[in-house]
Amino acid sequence: MSRYFTEDHEWIDVDGDIATVGITDYAQEQLGDIVFVEVPSEGKTFEKGDDAAVVESVKAASDVFCPVSGKVVEYNGALEDDPALVNTDPEEDGWFFRVRLSDPSELEDLMDEGTYKKYVKGL
Amino acid sequence: MTNEIHRSIEEFEELELPLDAWHRAKGARMVSFADYLMPIQYEGIMAEHLWTRENAGLFDVSHMGQVLLTGIDTDKALEMVVPGEIQKLGLNRLRYTLLLNEEGGIVDDLMVTRRERDLYLVVNGATKYNDMAYLLDELPEEVVISHLDERSLLALQGPKAADVLTSLVPEAGNLYFMQAGQFSLDGMNLWISRSGYTGEDGFEISIANDDVEALADRLCAHEAVKPIGLGARDSLRLEAGLPLYGHDLDDETTPVSADLNFAIAKRRREEGEFAGSDIILKEFPDKSALVRVGIVVDGRQPLREGSDIVDNDGNVIGNVTSGGYSPSLQRPIGMAYVPRALSAIGTQLQAVQRGKPMTATVAAMPFLPHRYHRAPKAG
Repeated sequence: MSRYFTEDHEWIDVDGDIATVGITDYAQEQLGDIVFVEVPSEGKTFEKGDDAAVVESVKAASDVFCPVSGKVVEYNGALEDDPALVNTDPEEDGWFFRVRLSDPSELEDLMDEGTYKKYVKGL
Repeated sequence: MTNEIHRSIEEFEELELPLDAWHRAKGARMVSFADYLMPIQYEGIMAEHLWTRENAGLFDVSHMGQVLLTGIDTDKALEMVVPGEIQKLGLNRLRYTLLLNEEGGIVDDLMVTRRERDLYLVVNGATKYNDMAYLLDELPEEVVISHLDERSLLALQGPKAADVLTSLVPEAGNLYFMQAGQFSLDGMNLWISRSGYTGEDGFEISIANDDVEALADRLCAHEAVKPIGLGARDSLRLEAGLPLYGHDLDDETTPVSADLNFAIAKRRREEGEFAGSDIILKEFPDKSALVRVGIVVDGRQPLREGSDIVDNDGNVIGNVTSGGYSPSLQRPIGMAYVPRALSAIGTQLQAVQRGKPMTATVAAMPFLPHRYHRAPKAG
């Protein structure tokens, strides 16, 4: 399994043609206390860059873009009752949704962990 | 993820607060607000909010404008542009009032204190230069307007604020809500009022820029005190039902539509003769088309500023002017302008946020009871 990152602070775990998407630890820290997450329902299809989820902190709402094109096969229902999971465990239990990739070549545009870490340091 | 915080910092050359380095040393995240780099949060909005409700929070509000009116009949002069009773305002007493334009719109909201030698105004940071220019235009030449930009402003708020402040300045404990006075601490000159923007008991302290760091350190040395950022300041004032200028109030909202009738004094209503009085007194007390109300939102998703209030056919009939998550109530709350017919407490409202339908209910404000240290009623 490989993990990719975007400049918009999403992480993508790829296992076969299934990609799990969440936001990074850096992102959750920037957002602060998360009080609501709206995740996409199963069967929804996204083009790369579409608005896919909304994450709301005490102060503000932010869109989460779908970093790869595909069809949603699963969403994280645990976030409905416990949106703070995104703060406490952003890169594991706080995942948002899973898509079946329609164009795996899009992964080539994403960053690996080392490149993302450098990118965050430069912000 | 959008990155608005970073973008906004790059776009402008901001001013630094006298406490800039102090905030950073305390772990603040600084953002651009009202032309200043200001601390949005230290450890987190939720924790800072709840800390203030239970202990004492220290807020740096030095971006706000401290303005003096000196000269002859400053009270009568100020009454030309505000609807409050300023002439009968007692010595060392504060009053909340509204700076008005000729159309009855709110140019700013502010606190006025009568002091021995002047009227002391505290106005919003984002509007202070505009306010001073407006006063300069509107007030007679005999009134001198000075900007106290050599002074900072700290607010100490919360149920333990009085214990903390009186441990340093015992006499300040004699102040009741909306009273003020001159005090000193280690040779530092403090102008202290018992007032604030959280709904809690607390104080606002005006002090020379050169002394503000020493005072902030003295206050934060107390175990009940933590520094609190702008984020929690906003959620605290929202729970307290207090409007925020530029969001819940602007130069197109009137005092009546803003549900601020209490700021229009009885004598002023009878006499009129203030900016916008023709329009405002025609609306008084309940003839404005829209009125500001509190709302509680169904579900967990906050309804944000800018969302529409709609009727059954989807027509826009109002709008949300503040919206966020209430850390104390653990649910989303807000303020909205709605037609009078939909303003009664308990009325169901339909809203649309980014294309998504949501529902809310009109609620009484404040959302949490105020806990001011009020003077006992005479007699």
